[in-house]
Amino acid sequence: MSHAQWQLVGFSLRMALLSLVVVLPPGLAVAWWLAKFNGRGKTILETLVTLPLVLPPVVTGLVLLELFGRHGPIGGWLHRTLGMDVVFTWRAVVLALASMSLPLLVRAARTAFEEVDAKYEQLARTLGAGEWRVFFTITLPLARRGILAGILLAFARSLGEFGATIMVAGNIPGQTTTLPLAIYQAVQADDDGLAWTLAGVSAVIAFAAVLASERLSRRRS
Amino acid sequence: MNHDLLTATFRKQFPGGPAIAVDQLRLGSGITVLFGASGSGKTTVLRCLAGLERPEAGRIQAGGETWFDGATNLFLPARRRRVGFVPQDYALFPHLSVARNVGYGLHELTTGERSRQVAETLEWLGLTGLEDRLPRALSGGQQQRVALARAVVGRPQLLLLDEPFAALDTPTRLRLRGELRHWLRHTGIPTLLVTHDRFEALALGDEVVILHEGRNVQQGPVPAVFSQPFNLAVAEITAVETVQRGRLLEVRDGLATIAVGNARLTALARDLPADASEVHVCIRAEDVILTGADAVQSSARNHLSASVQTITRAGPLALVQVDCGFPLMALLTQVACDEMGLHPGHPLVAIVKAPKIHLIPADNAKDRD
Repeated sequence: MSHAQWQLVGFSLRMALLSLVVVLPPGLAVAWWLAKFNGRGKTILETLVTLPLVLPPVVTGLVLLELFGRHGPIGGWLHRTLGMDVVFTWRAVVLALASMSLPLLVRAARTAFEEVDAKYEQLARTLGAGEWRVFFTITLPLARRGILAGILLAFARSLGEFGATIMVAGNIPGQTTTLPLAIYQAVQADDDGLAWTLAGVSAVIAFAAVLASERLSRRRS
Repeated sequence: MNHDLLTATFRKQFPGGPAIAVDQLRLGSGITVLFGASGSGKTTVLRCLAGLERPEAGRIQAGGETWFDGATNLFLPARRRRVGFVPQDYALFPHLSVARNVGYGLHELTTGERSRQVAETLEWLGLTGLEDRLPRALSGGQQQRVALARAVVGRPQLLLLDEPFAALDTPTRLRLRGELRHWLRHTGIPTLLVTHDRFEALALGDEVVILHEGRNVQQGPVPAVFSQPFNLAVAEITAVETVQRGRLLEVRDGLATIAVGNARLTALARDLPADASEVHVCIRAEDVILTGADAVQSSARNHLSASVQTITRAGPLALVQVDCGFPLMALLTQVACDEMGLHPGHPLVAIVKAPKIHLIPADNAKDRD
């Protein structure tokens, strides 16, 4: 593989990792809330979080484009206050990947949180622990395997993301082009050799991530 | 025993569960046993005291603090009650070592002070050397001690133990009973211990609170409550072997004469209302003596001609049911049983001292419903 191709792989991995960092705090918070509480609006939140999983990715991309465009409600605010543009930059890639992997992460983490027996959390409270301490010293460590499995799955999903990315980040070589976009471009340009090379790289990374995720899930049960 | 540590009156009901209605439960120093059949709500009472469940109404006060007051909507959460809690399966944190389990509640101390206190408690409970083990690498008895260590290390003002032997096999249970009592005595922390096992209650408790269908129906020193149940329900829960309905014939000089079946019994006439006519006669099997049919005079008031009906052997003991005008249970050693050559149909005399017969006025029995 050429230097440019390695760079492309590196960029894709970086974007996927960054999207994980972005999606992890809100994803865990939502998963925890869904697992532990039975409040009003639970079903609504559940549905909203799951939507990107079932909507055509292009539609998710379209919504993001609308929200984060320079004239959109969020994008406009970012542009005015921070002078930051999102759409058609690497930030949009991260945003698209994060949105698409959120459902997978939330679902896995929620199950993991639900499997933590409440008796441990209750006992920690009788020992004087507040809710933050209970979460970070009991709930999170006991749910770690399931969460890690979810993270790996979300990571693998991010690497393959196409539809939302192309809508909101475009396909700008060296700036927003990720592995799947490059493969599509290579096929369009009749460069089957390049397409297959990149496809092979994608497959190897995805295989490793899913394998690790499966191992983690299995060791848990 | 002073009863100033904790007073609790509260109601709690889970959908589909029994209604818990605790009335004037009072705890003091020493070990109090919360005794009742399974499903009587013992665990719920414990969880309400620990602050893990919020009662619907009532008031719980402990050590000068109010833990719960339904009237002012006050509820002190578990983490602020300073209660040591040992649940039935111990709930040791599976991902933390023994030392970190025990030290979990001490996070506000400096690292040095914390490890000093943990080491001290582990040594006291004979757990030194197990600091780095994970709970799953411990025996049942060790797990119980780690759970106890974790509960007492912070010097709580109250210790709550839910069926501390439920997770152990019978031999271990018997071996650890004496140890647990020793440790609980030694901590000096007032303790409420849940059990449904009579022998556990007798071995561990100073006082016993009988819980029946969510209500605390009787409280007092363990032997007193077990030999003098307040009503039929308590007699049943504490497993008094012989409970028979009888008619009060006469009360004279503090002694009562009762007709039970075809027999007449003499008992102490304590706590009998003046107008009592129907009573329940309670006799513990271990208070019955069996002798040969040609028994000579003895000081005991009740000599009843009887014949053996059934013999149920259990370990070193045998439970013998005789017919003496009514079915009466007697607890004998197997040795005695064999020496007397007891067999069904065997004629003999059953002897019961008057003070060992406890009478429950039939009116008290209404409390059952």
